[in-house]
Formats: sequence, structure tokens, C-alpha cells
Amino acid sequence: MSVKKFLYVNRKAPYGTVYALESLEVVLIGAAFEQDVSLLFADDGVYQLTKGHDTKDLEMKNFSPAFSALGDYDVNKIFVEKESLEERGLTLEDLQHLTWEDEDEDWAEKDSIRLVSRAEVGELMETQDVILSF
Amino acid sequence: MILHTVNKSPFEKNSLESCLQHAQKGSAVLLIEDGVFGATKGTKISDRVSEAMSNDITVYALEGDLKARGVADKVMDGVKLVDYAGFVDLSVDQDKVQAWL
Amino acid sequence: MKFTVQINEGPYTHEAADTAYQFTKAALEKGHEIYRVFFYHDGVNNATRFTTPPQDDRNIVNRWSELSEKHNLDLVVCVAAAQRRGIVDEDEQQRQGKDGNNIAPGFRISGLGQLVEGCIQSDRLMVFGD
Repeated sequence: MSVKKFLYVNRKAPYGTVYALESLEVVLIGAAFEQDVSLLFADDGVYQLTKGHDTKDLEMKNFSPAFSALGDYDVNKIFVEKESLEERGLTLEDLQHLTWEDEDEDWAEKDSIRLVSRAEVGELMETQDVILSF
Repeated sequence: MILHTVNKSPFEKNSLESCLQHAQKGSAVLLIEDGVFGATKGTKISDRVSEAMSNDITVYALEGDLKARGVADKVMDGVKLVDYAGFVDLSVDQDKVQAWL
Repeated sequence: MKFTVQINEGPYTHEAADTAYQFTKAALEKGHEIYRVFFYHDGVNNATRFTTPPQDDRNIVNRWSELSEKHNLDLVVCVAAAQRRGIVDEDEQQRQGKDGNNIAPGFRISGLGQLVEGCIQSDRLMVFGD
């Protein structure tokens, strides 16, 4: 099977709509196809990665722990748009610390999240083969 | 290059703004559904769309959606109209499609 | 060109379901191949045979069934999304112990892998949503 560059674009906040949860499900199932996967969090999508989701009062499932499993699924290119964070009063410190283990470097733990500028995101999009939006 | 599709009104959501902030020179933006309001003259975002067009981004609008909404006579200069067949052609001419939802 | 079409929204509430249909029809008329149409999120609601829309308006579910039959399309409804929203075929009815099923002709229920596979095999992915 050919390897394509897949970009999953996440621009919506979690819980207000189902898209955040159901797009993550595609990523996890899609991992089995061993494609070249990148995730993009921009606009309100950055809220999906904030730390400390507590959904008890909503009686909704807190699915944010699933993000920390991404590294185990070989999904380790997680692009977060800097301007989207800034516009929302957030910094990298407000986000979950997502990591993966590089087997080529003795399983060294590395950061999965890459902070990128809006301009870089525009360029990143052009490098992909297929772009999924939810 | 990418064919960007925008289907929500620029007065309702930030999808068009976000799209234009990311679209690279030489790419195409197709406004469909409520997104076609982004193609009309004299709105608070018309200048923004004109600016994009002068930056080598080609802007298209789906004619059927404009007509349905009674604004087909208010399209900005420079915006090209297409029908569904034209939409298909655009998706073939560009390398890939990105939907700004 | 080979297309995979992803539909994220249900019938009538969002124009996405209509735009997707018109695009798919136009692509077929131009001689392109529709590799798969994948219904996700509320898009699975396009696959229930129990809709009764007004007679003087389009019948979204039926026209997908008709297009599917005419062109031998692969209309796939995501199983996870379908389970959440109650779109059931005979297999799911048995498996989940439901007292009926509601899937419309021409649609089949399958996994999310079908979307990813469609993206790999097709030249273009079209996404219609909200």
C-alpha cells in the first residue's frame, strides 16, 4: 500500500460538538494503515489539548486521556498553531505534554507537539496528500 | 496547490478568515453553501476577500448557492462563478482539497 | 479521477448532505469514479429508510439509494457513529439485540478503516460538513 501524507485538521473545541472525539477515533483506527500522519490543532481546536479536562458535571466522557496514547500509535507529529493559542490567552504550558518514544534513539522520550506559526501551517498544508476535516 | 472550500457564512463563523490566513499564493478558494456571502459586495469582509484576490488567490463561488440566497446580482468583481460541474473540475485541477468547516 | 466523499452531516439540517450529493452526481456525469461515499458523525442519518419528507421537496435518502443503484456506488456508514445514533442493519440488529433495523437500500455499515482506505486508494478526498 502506498504511503500518503495525511493531515487531520482539528479546528473545533471539544464537548460543544462531537467532532473532536470522533476525529480522534479516525486517527486511532487509521494508525493501523501506517501512513505518514500529522495532526493540526488550530483555531478552537487548540482547546482539545488543554490539561485538566473535568467533565463530571456534564456527565460526558472525558476523552482527553486518549491524546496521550497517540505516541504509542506512531502519531507523533502534532502541530499546534501559535497564533491560535495566543488569541485564546493560552500557552504551551496550558496543553497536555504529549510524547512519543523514538526507537531509533534507544526509546528516548520526545515531545510530539510542535508549535508552529500560522504561516508555517499554511505551508504545511500544501505538503500533504490528503486533508481530513471534521 | 490546494482547493480550499468554505461553506459557512463569514458573519457566522471564522472559517473564511481562517482559510484566507492560511491559503498560499496560487491556491484557489471556493465559496459554497452559506459561504457564498463571502463573495458579495459591500460587506465588512469584502476588502479582505479583494486583498486575497490581489495576492494571487483565485476566489470562486458556487452559482447555485448565490441564486438560492437571492444575492447572485451582488457578486464582487473578480470572483468567478461555477456550477457543480465546475466544482468537480476545480477539485481535479488542484492537487487536493481542504474543507474549512 | 477517483474520489472518496466524506459526509459529516445528516439530511435536511445542513446543506452538506445536498452539496455532497450534487458533487457526487456531477463527478459521475463527467466520467469520474466515486470510489466510496463515507457517512460519518451525523452523516449516518442519511442512511435511515424511515424518513418521510414532504412530497414537494427532495427525498435525500432515496436519491442516494437510487444513485447507488444506478452507478453501483459504495455507500458506507461508519459503524461507531451509527451505533451512537441508532442506524442499524440486520447484522447490527442481531449483534446488538435490537428489535428492528432501519438501514436504507444501497448503504452498508462498516468501520472507520473504510474512510482511511478510501483516502489511500483515491486521488481526491472531498469533505462536506458543518
